[in-house]
Amino acid sequence: MTDITSPIGVGPRVSGLHTGDAAKARLRGRYAAETRFKWIGAGAVALSALFLVLLLSTIVTEALPAFRMNYLTLPIDLSAAKVDPANPGAANYATIAQDALSAKFPGVESRQDRRLLRGLLSSGSGDILRRDIADDPSLLGKTVDYSFPLDDFADLYFKGLIADKGSDTAIATTVAPSGTTGDIEVTFGDDSIASLARGYGAIEENGVLRLTSGAASLFVALDGGMVKLTEISTAGGATVAKGTVLKPLDSNAAAAAGAAMLRVINTPESSRKISDKEIVWLDELKAQNLIQTRFNTIFFFTGASREPELAGIWGAVVGSFLTMIVTLAIAFPIGVSAALYLEEFATKNRWTTIIEVNINNLAAVPSIVYGLLGLAVFLNFFGLPRSAPVVGGMVLALMTLPIIIIASRASLRAVPPSIREAALGIGASKVQMVFHHVLPLAMPGIMTGTILGMAHALGETAPLLMIGMVAFIVDIPGGFTDPATILPVQIFMWADFPEAGFQQKTSAAILILLAFLVIMNAIAVILRKRFERRW
Amino acid sequence: MIGYLVLALFALFAVTYFMGRRRALTSVSGEISKLHSLPSHHGMFLGLAAAGPALIAVAIWSIATPGIESSIIKSRFAAELAGLGIPQVEAFVRDARAIAFGGLVGFTDATKEAAAIAYRSIHQTSIAIILALSAVLAAAGFYLAYSRIAPAYRARHVVERVLKIFLILCSVVAILTTVGIVLSLIFESLRFFQQVPFYKFLFGLHWSPQSAFTGAGTEAGAVDPNIFGAVPLFVGTLLITLIAMLVAAPIGLMSAIYLSDYASRSVRAVAKPVLEILAGIPTVVYGFFAALTVAPFFRGLGESVGLGVASESALAAGVVMGIMIIPFVSSLSDDVINAVPQSLRDGSAGLGATKSETIRKVVLPAALPGIVSAMLLAVSRAIGETMIVVMAAGLAANLTLNPLEAVTTVTVQIVTLLVGDQEFDSAKTLAAFALGLVLFCITLALNIIALRVVQKYREQYD
Repeated sequence: MTDITSPIGVGPRVSGLHTGDAAKARLRGRYAAETRFKWIGAGAVALSALFLVLLLSTIVTEALPAFRMNYLTLPIDLSAAKVDPANPGAANYATIAQDALSAKFPGVESRQDRRLLRGLLSSGSGDILRRDIADDPSLLGKTVDYSFPLDDFADLYFKGLIADKGSDTAIATTVAPSGTTGDIEVTFGDDSIASLARGYGAIEENGVLRLTSGAASLFVALDGGMVKLTEISTAGGATVAKGTVLKPLDSNAAAAAGAAMLRVINTPESSRKISDKEIVWLDELKAQNLIQTRFNTIFFFTGASREPELAGIWGAVVGSFLTMIVTLAIAFPIGVSAALYLEEFATKNRWTTIIEVNINNLAAVPSIVYGLLGLAVFLNFFGLPRSAPVVGGMVLALMTLPIIIIASRASLRAVPPSIREAALGIGASKVQMVFHHVLPLAMPGIMTGTILGMAHALGETAPLLMIGMVAFIVDIPGGFTDPATILPVQIFMWADFPEAGFQQKTSAAILILLAFLVIMNAIAVILRKRFERRW
Repeated sequence: MIGYLVLALFALFAVTYFMGRRRALTSVSGEISKLHSLPSHHGMFLGLAAAGPALIAVAIWSIATPGIESSIIKSRFAAELAGLGIPQVEAFVRDARAIAFGGLVGFTDATKEAAAIAYRSIHQTSIAIILALSAVLAAAGFYLAYSRIAPAYRARHVVERVLKIFLILCSVVAILTTVGIVLSLIFESLRFFQQVPFYKFLFGLHWSPQSAFTGAGTEAGAVDPNIFGAVPLFVGTLLITLIAMLVAAPIGLMSAIYLSDYASRSVRAVAKPVLEILAGIPTVVYGFFAALTVAPFFRGLGESVGLGVASESALAAGVVMGIMIIPFVSSLSDDVINAVPQSLRDGSAGLGATKSETIRKVVLPAALPGIVSAMLLAVSRAIGETMIVVMAAGLAANLTLNPLEAVTTVTVQIVTLLVGDQEFDSAKTLAAFALGLVLFCITLALNIIALRVVQKYREQYD
C-alpha cells in the first residue's frame, strides 16, 4: 500500500493554496457574501413587516377620531306653541334646533351669517330629535337640554383635523378699539403686530399690510369680544389695524398691555373648509361648555348617509352578515359533499380528473370574473334582484367553493386508512364508514378551512360591485332579497366620497372589517389547535 | 309562500321519517335483527320518497318561473310593447313585477298597472300549480314507498344510492361554475364582437367607450368600433403587473429563503404570522392605503426631485399590489424550497460551500421550476387583482410605459363599465365581458403553464 504515490506528492508543491494571502482574501470575500446574503434575506422579511406596520398604523391613526363625536347641547323649546302635543310628528324640528342655536348668538343677523350658523348643526338634527321624541313623548311641553350632533366640519375642527386650533399669546401693548360691532379700527401701542403679520403672509401695499384669505387668520380678543384683523397700517407712526368684529365687544375701552390676546390660525381661510366666523362661534360654544365629546353611537348603529356625521356602518354590517349566511349555507354543504365524493367515493377516472383540475383552476380565477358570472347568469338570465344579499351570497359561495373543497379534501386525506379499514371490518357500509367515522374526524380541519374561506369571502369586494351591491342604500336591510351593501363595498364607496369626514369613517370601517377577520381567523386557529389530531 | 312550502316539505320529511321507522319496527315486531336495513334507513327512504320529488319540483319551478312569467307578460302585452327596444321591454317587465309585489312607488302608468295585475294573477296561478303538483308528488311518493317497507326490503341501498347521487351533483357544481363562466363570457363577447370586430378590439390603440354614444337617442344607432381598442388597457395592466412583480419577487423570494434556511425559531414565529396577516388583509384596504398614503408619498417624492408624478400613478398602484403579493410569492417559494431534499444541502456543505453558496448554486437551481411556477401564479394574481387598481390607478386609457403616469387596467375598465345603471345590451357593457374573457383566458393560460412547468422540469430526487 505504501508504494502507491499520490500525485500531490510528486509535482511541484503548490504552497499555500488554502493558507496564502489570496486564499484568505477569497475566504473573507466568501464569508462577506454569506453575511450579505443573510442580511438581504433579513431585510426582505423586515421590509414586509415594515409594510404591515405602516399600513396598520396609518389605518389606526386615521380611524381613531371617528370613534368619538362632538355633540352640541342646546336648550330646546318643546312647548305646545312649537310642537302640537296631539301630533308631534308634524312639527318642524329642524327649525326648533336652529332657533335654539340662533338664540345663543343674538348678534348674528344677516341672512348669510345665519345660514352659516345653522350649518354648524348636522343637517340630520331635526330627524334625530323627531325620532327621540317619538320614542319618549314625555319630553314634550317643556324646555329641555338636548344634544345634537355637530356638522362634520365643526366636528373635525374640534378634533383638530381641519385647521390648527391656534394658540393664544398676550399682546404686550395697549390695544384700543374704535367700536363694539361691525367694522372697526384697532389702535396698537407699538408696531410689533405689523412685523408679526408680515411673518404670517400679509401682502404689503403702500405701507398697508393686507391679511387676505390666503394669509393666516389673526384674531384679537379684547373686552370680552373678538376682532379679526383685515389690514394693518403703520403709516404716521401709529399702528392702526382695521378689523371685523366677530363677537361683539362689551365696551370700546382700551385694553391695558398684556390684557388683550392675539390668536393666530396658521391655515389660511381659503385653504380650510371652515371659516373664521364659524371658528369663533364654535370656540364660544366650547367656552360655554356646551360641546361634549362622546362615543360615536351614530357611526355604529345607523345606515349609510351622504352626510359624514350621520353615516353609519350598521347597514353594511347587517348586509355582510346576511350575505355570509347565504354563502355559508350554499358553500359549506356543497363543498364538503364534493370533497367527500372526490376523496372517498370517486373511482379514479377521466371524469374525476377533469373535476379535480377544474376545481384547482377555479381557485385561481380572478374574483371579478365571478362577478361577471353573477351578472350574466343570476341577474340577467334568472332575473334575480340587483343588490340583494342572496345574489351576493351565491356569487361568493361559488368563489369560496374551491377553497372549501381543497381544504376539506386535505383534511379527509389526513384521516388514516386504519380508521376506514376498522369501520369496514366490523361491517359498516361505505356510506356509514364515511359519515360515522371519517367525516367527524375530519370535521375540525374542514371547519378551519371553511372559516378561512369565509374570511376571504368577507373581505371580497370586486364581484359584488358587478351585481349592484355598490348602490347607495340608506335603509338597514331586513331580509335576503332587500337591497343591501356590505362592509368592503361600503369602505370602497366611502373612500371615494370627497368630504373630509369620510376619510376617518373609511378607516374606522376598515378597522371594524379587520376586527371581524381577526375574530374569524382566531376561531380557525383555536379550532385547529384544540381539535385537530395528528395521526 | 314558497318558503312555507319548502318548510312544510321538510316537516313532511321529518314526520315520514318517524313513520317509516315505526313501520319497519312493527313489521318485525321489534326484532331489529330480522330487518335487512336499519329502521333509520327505512325512515330515510320513506322521507326521501315523500318529500324528495316535491322538493326537486319546487327547485325547478323557482328557477324556471320568473322567465316563463315574464315571457307570458311580454306576449300578452305585445301590442303595447311593439316598437320598444329590448332594454325598455325588460324595464317594463321589471316595473310590472315590482308593482305587482309591492315596492315600486312613482313612475307608473296605466299599461304598467294592467301588466302588474296580469302578473299577479299569473303568479298566483303558478303558485297554485306548484302547490298542487307538490301535494300530488308527495302523496304518490308516500303511497308507493310506504307499501314497500318490509323486513326484506333493501332500504339502505336505496338511501345510499340517493346520497351518492347527491354527492356527485355537488361535485358537478364546480364543473357547472366553469361552464357558466365560460358560456356567459363567450356569449356576451360574441354579441360584442358582432358590433365591434375582434381585431379592432384586440389591436386597436384607442380606448374611450364612455364616448360610445354622442347624445341621446343614438343607442340603437351604429357603434364606432374604433374606440374599443384595448391595447392601452393591456399595456397598463402589464406595466402595473411588472412593477408589482419587481417589488414582490425579490422580497418574497428572499423572505422565503431567509425563513426556511436562516431564521431562528423565534424569528420565524414572528415573521410567518406577519406574512399571513399581509395575505389576509382585504384588497380594498390595500386600495385605500394606496390612494391615501402611497400615491401622495410618491407624488411628493417626485416633486422634491423635480419629476411630475400623476396622483394616480402606475407606480403607487404597482408597489402596493406588490406588497399584497409578497406573502403569495413567499409562501409558494417556501414550499418549493423546503421540498428540495436535505441531502443536496448536506452534500454541498460537505464540499465546503457556505450556506449562501449552497442556496444560490444548489437549492435555487433545484427549485427553479417551482419558483418559476410560483412567479407565474403571482403574475396571474396581479393581472386579476381589481380593488387596488380601481382605487389607486387611473381611469383614462393612456398608452404609455412611463410608471409615473396614470394608466388604466383591464379590471378597472370592467368595473367602470359595469358599475352604475347601464342598458345591458349596449356595446359598452358587452365590452366588459369581452375584457373579462381576455382576463379569464390569460389567467387560465398562466395557471396551466405554471402547472406544466412544474410537471415537466421538476427533478425527481427520491
